[in-house]
Amino acid sequence: MYKYDSYDQTMVDTRVAEFRDQTRRRLEGQLTEDQFKPLRLMNGLYLQLHAYMLRVAVPYGTLSAEQMHMLADIADKYDRGYGHFTTRQNIQYNWIKLEDAPDILADLATVEMHAIQTSGNCIRNISSDHYAGAAADEVTDPRPYAELLRQWSSFHPEFTALPRKFKIAVIASETDRAAMRLHDIGIRLVRNEAGELGAQFYVGGGMGRTPMIGPLIRDFVPLDQLVTYSEACLRVYNRHGRRDNKYKARIKILVHEMGAQEYTRQVEEEFAHLLEQGIEPPFAELERIRTYFADPPFVAGLPDSIDRSDPDFAVWVDRNCHPHKQPGYISATISLKPVGGIPGDASAAQMHLMAELTRDYSFDECRVTHAQNIVLPHVEQQRLYELWQKLEQAGLGTPNLDQIGDIIACPGLDYCSLANARSIPVAQKISERFASSGKGDALGELKLKISGCINACGHHHAGHIGILGVDRKGRENYQLLLGGSEGADTSLGKITGPGFDEDGIVDAIERAADLYLAQRSEGERFLDTYRRIGMEPFKEAIYG
Amino acid sequence: MVEPLQLETEGEGGLDEVQFRFRDDEPADHPAVTVDSFVGQTNAAAVRIEPGDDARALLPHLGRVALVEVNFPSFGDGRGYSAARILREAGYTGELRAVGDVLVDQLSHMRRCGFDSFAPARRLDEADAEAAFNRWPQVYQPAADDRVPIWSLRHNDESGGASDAGGTDG
Repeated sequence: MYKYDSYDQTMVDTRVAEFRDQTRRRLEGQLTEDQFKPLRLMNGLYLQLHAYMLRVAVPYGTLSAEQMHMLADIADKYDRGYGHFTTRQNIQYNWIKLEDAPDILADLATVEMHAIQTSGNCIRNISSDHYAGAAADEVTDPRPYAELLRQWSSFHPEFTALPRKFKIAVIASETDRAAMRLHDIGIRLVRNEAGELGAQFYVGGGMGRTPMIGPLIRDFVPLDQLVTYSEACLRVYNRHGRRDNKYKARIKILVHEMGAQEYTRQVEEEFAHLLEQGIEPPFAELERIRTYFADPPFVAGLPDSIDRSDPDFAVWVDRNCHPHKQPGYISATISLKPVGGIPGDASAAQMHLMAELTRDYSFDECRVTHAQNIVLPHVEQQRLYELWQKLEQAGLGTPNLDQIGDIIACPGLDYCSLANARSIPVAQKISERFASSGKGDALGELKLKISGCINACGHHHAGHIGILGVDRKGRENYQLLLGGSEGADTSLGKITGPGFDEDGIVDAIERAADLYLAQRSEGERFLDTYRRIGMEPFKEAIYG
Repeated sequence: MVEPLQLETEGEGGLDEVQFRFRDDEPADHPAVTVDSFVGQTNAAAVRIEPGDDARALLPHLGRVALVEVNFPSFGDGRGYSAARILREAGYTGELRAVGDVLVDQLSHMRRCGFDSFAPARRLDEADAEAAFNRWPQVYQPAADDRVPIWSLRHNDESGGASDAGGTDG
């Protein structure tokens, strides 16, 4: 994985000093809260309902054992012993004191980490495929390109006060595991007919209150023009994105109102101009970054076989593991969704254990997934059983990847000052209901996502089943959506009808699940059945 | 780098007060006009860009411009950063002044986008501003200043540091 050189280290150290100074000026009263707010946000510090929340960047979701240990230490030292992994492959802490924040950033900097641009109206942490470098279906490891863009976007002077936040995802396979087309810019590395690598640019996707699937605006940007093309996309947005209404300020609205064709024309014009400005790093820089992402020293000739004699282990292998490009290896997902738990939460002790397993079983590398789980990307198949036993002992062996219990949920009204409704208790009830009835296993792949408000941090639009918490005359109310997907077949969910209270939504989901079990054809997932039979039968079942 | 020049306060109702200036020439003393009236007027030498204005409308007339003011009515509106860079990319070398809601923590970014004078609506603490101007020893990307990006330093280092492909004396 990427290692800082002295330049990178100086940048994060400088940021720590800058933020320490900004915090001092705030605490001394020289900065008003209005003036301090954008500064702390650029450092990932939010003021929540009960305390400050700090969001730490995990670039493209990749962590070393040392870094995971540090995240655990921070949970113990400055929080209440927990961290919460997020849908942008980051981690956040919910009980932070403002005066501690500079020290936390200083601790992070000792392990090449930071909280730079994890919030605010700027280019956010760049996300990627959590199986990058391990997946059998990728054309190349997408992370060097994400790292190139991370450096370009860090403290970019022109783009520090964008109309709104800006999220970029980089992937390199046909199967989209990063919801790439639901980003402000989605980049897919591809090979052209001549066999050269380049990038497709999808611009103007997003969730929030106006979900949109990003249109393709360029089918091939050569690798030595990635930064310049990105800069052109951003400049057109910075100049013309709406600033009169924060709910219409994301680039998806600009692209929609201007039209993808006109937006593309302006980007191409700006791109031609910027090519003459010489802003692209030399190809040697991309090559330098790539060397850090070379394969770990895999052992050649290992057997491609797993002893499945323990039936519980066999279930976990089938559900939580993913094929690896290297024979004899496999990628294993640690579910952070135990039955009845808080989705994405991990205790300091669990983080320390995951760090040890990262070091001992996965060449010192793990990944945070946008589904709020942890992946050990490079595990020897012969040692998988041993690994699973250790996970089981620590309560980290839940075999529910992509099942109804593997819920994506935002922090909701339990923590978040923007939320209209709680997400966590709903997630817990659904998880418990389907685990105790045993239906969770029967349902197979069923992605359920919950947001506690229209900002859609829980990606409810992209769930096979989505839940949106709203405020209805002062009471929490939950709308139900069906048919969303974030994969290669990206689609947006549709609302079934009137909303429900907390218990009602759990019952409604069970009725929808029962209809699927009754109606499914051989091999159909919930999403497939929904697409085949449509909304009406589900409405009848739900509202009867 | 030229040391910022501390200017004395202009009279009440005069020009916006310039607190920091990184130029040696005499400041222009004409009042800045709007972009629309500037384009239609042949003798104006100072122009003021508002966030919604197209900085490129000035490009055919750059030869007669001595001062461009870019107004930031609110620090959160970043259009002025692009306006500044566009003017510098087009070869404008006259004074580029940030006016309005200019705060300490915007200074280094504005400087990088090509601003060389600053007239904040509220006077800034001198020590804080100096720290802000000098905050970043290195930068990740080229912009409208003469600073050499880290990628250029890296690859010059590798070749022994003999050549200096990136910049001047940054």
